[in-house]
Amino acid sequence: MAARLQREDFDLGAELAALRAAAPGAGGLVSFTGLVRDRDGQVAAMELEHYPGMTEKALAAIEAEARGRWPLDACLIVHRFGPLRPGEQIMMVATASAHREAAFAAAEFLMDYLKSRAPFWKKESGPEGSAWVDARASDEAALARWSG
Amino acid sequence: MTLTLRYFAWVRERVGAPSETIETGAATVADLVEELRSREGRYARAFADLRSVRVAVDQEVADFTAPIAGAREVAFFPPMTGG
Repeated sequence: MAARLQREDFDLGAELAALRAAAPGAGGLVSFTGLVRDRDGQVAAMELEHYPGMTEKALAAIEAEARGRWPLDACLIVHRFGPLRPGEQIMMVATASAHREAAFAAAEFLMDYLKSRAPFWKKESGPEGSAWVDARASDEAALARWSG
Repeated sequence: MTLTLRYFAWVRERVGAPSETIETGAATVADLVEELRSREGRYARAFADLRSVRVAVDQEVADFTAPIAGAREVAFFPPMTGG
């Protein structure tokens, strides 16, 4: 049960092993890892800016919301900030539950909320200069399926 | 009242500073934006199209109609791109 914000990389295997150990009664574990894309060589580096103070609260609130909606035995968000390179891990979510439906749904919920409700902004740099990554309308639309 | 303003991503770049402390009598976020716009061109450029600007009052996402009486911190930024 945790939400972490950090500059340094994380060990995906170690995170999942710890989550599994913390959820001995779980029947399944779902995880998703976000990576920096190079988009055919157009991205040499990415800077991930965030809102110190608000970010930590937003991550904790999103994780608590997921735990309130599904019977999770364990839930983890790890999100990085700072300079990143193509292929690097940006973030991960993992959920463990007695049954896979809850684990899958909660992981998708976490991703949808992190996309549009966690105060991060991505700036990509490449041979053609640098530009802020625009939010996609589809990301905002994805949130709608969890309301009501 | 004294208010800390924080700016992120391209809003920060257009304003030219990550944060500042101001004295204001603005009642709402919208009033505050109008006050800033009338000050200097850099604010007018940052707030040229409010459809692409989001706001947080005391680190909670808010609307431009939100009152800011008693608030300590108001932040402006583009739509978030986490994950």
